[in-house]
Amino acid sequence: MTDQDKILAEVTQNEYKYGFFSDIDTDIIDRGLNEEVVRTISKKKNEPDFMLEFRLGAFRKWQKMKMPNWAYLKVPPIDFQDISYYAAPKKKELKSMDEVDPELLDTFNKLGIPLEEQKHLAGVAVDAVLDSVSVKTTFKEVLAEQGIIFCSFSEALQEHPDLVRKYIGQAVPVADNFFAALNSAVFSDGSFCYIPKGVRCPMELSTYFRINAANTGQFERTLIVADDDSYVSYLEGCTAPMRDENQLHAAVVEIIALDRAEVKYSTVQNWYPGDKNGKGGIYNFVTKRGICRGVSSKISWTQVETGSAITWKYPSCILIGNNSVGEFNSVAVTNNHQQADTGSKMIHIGKNTKSTIVSKGISAGKSENSYRGLVKVLPGAINSRNFSQCDSLLLNDTCGAHTFPYIEVGNKSSIVEHEATTSKIGEDQIFYCNQRGIDTEKAIGMIVNGYAKEVLNKLPMEFAVEAQKLLQISLEGSVG
Amino acid sequence: MLKIFILKMLSIKDLYVSIDGMEILKGINLEVKPGEIHAIMGPNGSGKSTLANVLAGKEEYEVTHGEVTYMGKNLLEMAPEDRAKEGLFLSFQYPVEIPGVPMVNFLKTAVNEHRKYHNEKELTAGEFLKFMREKMDLVEMRSQLTNRSVNEGFSGGEKKKNEIFQMALLEPKLAILDETDSGLDIDALKTVAHGVNALRKPENATIVVTHYQRLLEYIVPDVVHVLYKGKIVKSAGKELALQLEEKGYDWIKQENEN
Repeated sequence: MTDQDKILAEVTQNEYKYGFFSDIDTDIIDRGLNEEVVRTISKKKNEPDFMLEFRLGAFRKWQKMKMPNWAYLKVPPIDFQDISYYAAPKKKELKSMDEVDPELLDTFNKLGIPLEEQKHLAGVAVDAVLDSVSVKTTFKEVLAEQGIIFCSFSEALQEHPDLVRKYIGQAVPVADNFFAALNSAVFSDGSFCYIPKGVRCPMELSTYFRINAANTGQFERTLIVADDDSYVSYLEGCTAPMRDENQLHAAVVEIIALDRAEVKYSTVQNWYPGDKNGKGGIYNFVTKRGICRGVSSKISWTQVETGSAITWKYPSCILIGNNSVGEFNSVAVTNNHQQADTGSKMIHIGKNTKSTIVSKGISAGKSENSYRGLVKVLPGAINSRNFSQCDSLLLNDTCGAHTFPYIEVGNKSSIVEHEATTSKIGEDQIFYCNQRGIDTEKAIGMIVNGYAKEVLNKLPMEFAVEAQKLLQISLEGSVG
Repeated sequence: MLKIFILKMLSIKDLYVSIDGMEILKGINLEVKPGEIHAIMGPNGSGKSTLANVLAGKEEYEVTHGEVTYMGKNLLEMAPEDRAKEGLFLSFQYPVEIPGVPMVNFLKTAVNEHRKYHNEKELTAGEFLKFMREKMDLVEMRSQLTNRSVNEGFSGGEKKKNEIFQMALLEPKLAILDETDSGLDIDALKTVAHGVNALRKPENATIVVTHYQRLLEYIVPDVVHVLYKGKIVKSAGKELALQLEEKGYDWIKQENEN
């Protein structure tokens, strides 16, 4: 682990330190953030006017905002003027797999990642005549036949500006919070997805299948619109340890579900968590929100979070349409010095709206793992229901688990339930496994996976298998 | 030439064990040969379960003195999982629940860890299921149970049957049954005993730890030891169990207090 940490640290931090300046060829603008920078970004991307106005509006509001400090996190000061906001993130390309750290390859193999994908993830130049390229093209064709739009955000702004204009900022208004405002002002790229009326997307949409999907940078923006009676399952991220030279990440994900539409959004996040002593690692400040705007629409968030030094993330649902449904299923693992403050918000506005929150926190090392959630039922949201279950599992005596539930119910016909448990991993359970010939590391993997099963079961199958292995790997060496 | 192997499977010499600074076992001596069944009896708190757990390698027990040799190796130096894979099996007095882990997965992992250790090919899911079904009949294990999480929602009797079922799958050389009879009704007791007897082989040995004589009617021991205050105070044939049943443990207590 130490070697891997070291190499990962080298790869991530060194490039962060030097990469931005040594690459003279790269399209970089000076560090710092001001109105001119926002204009430049928009101009370089050849964006329509409304986008520039959107960015400027966000920037002006951001200037008046302060970084939130209510989370149970110790965030080192971030100098927002010390970041370059437009640098096509160039990674040092390695020439062959021989140059990749063997420990990293070992992890890839443990996860069962195919070789070509390994190259992609490790930053090795991938031959253009790959099978995967043709696979990607095939995917695109199948999607286009159904009228599904799935492309980069920049492309969407050029090809489908009216759609973007209609929906952007609906779920996450520009000034929603400090990080969302920052993202709205300077976002680099991201994904756009539109599912037309009555279409069930025939495959799991994954950023991996989108050409040029990787390296969208630190201010990523995703917008998913599901029109009436449509369905889509969307996968974000990948289970391999991602190299990433950006320390601060502030992404925004917006989902709009219209009448009877259903969107499933699954994330597996495994960014560099910092080393054993808490040095380095990604700060992940994400705003994810879905609006169930249509009647009987449904949005479900499923996340497995094992990476990042700091995670600040509350995927939420605003249930406007009558009979709409919101779900949040989460497994958050923290080890060593990682800190996570994560949870969900369910805002019930329409009648007969339903929401479920299942949160499983797993803490090890000296980490702090918090669940923070809000369930708010407005007076008009009669006959609404919420069920929340927040479980925490501690692997030792030096880590922390915290639960901060907020509940506001505005009428008498709604029912809100909250259950919470905190338990320590049982030495008896581990010994029982040992006595049957299963070593401690495997035993912990098994017990933790059993504990998180309810959530893992919500992931698409291939993803779930990788997530299971990932849980085991992230906790290696955490007990005993 | 006649070759005579007097192999001692397990040899415990002058074993002292403490937990949290309190001495529980105070100089245990015990030898078990292949094919033998030993019963260890004694009143509550005499150290029976401690002995079973120390042999299995439970961490919180501290061995302060003595040695234990198992199949020619120093048992106390082996990790608990290696002891298991070397054929030492403990049927737990209180089998633990592991929520969310299906019994089938747990067992397949355990069996394949054993096979890997012995350089045997791991069983595929199909092969394992077939193997498992054969063994299920032995203890009348209901098939729904193997689909549940490990011991979760099992009745007391089902948990104990499940222990013997696992023993059947792992085919140990030395099985230690820790109070396997406690909490069993007479039918379950018979089923469990039947399972144990059916698994008996000349090269295997069993240590039955029990408070009551009841189980020993069905699993007949070669030797009965009485453990009292951390020492084996009496060893004799199976008739000792009956004597204990008749006279109660007070008889032992009185003999040893004077």
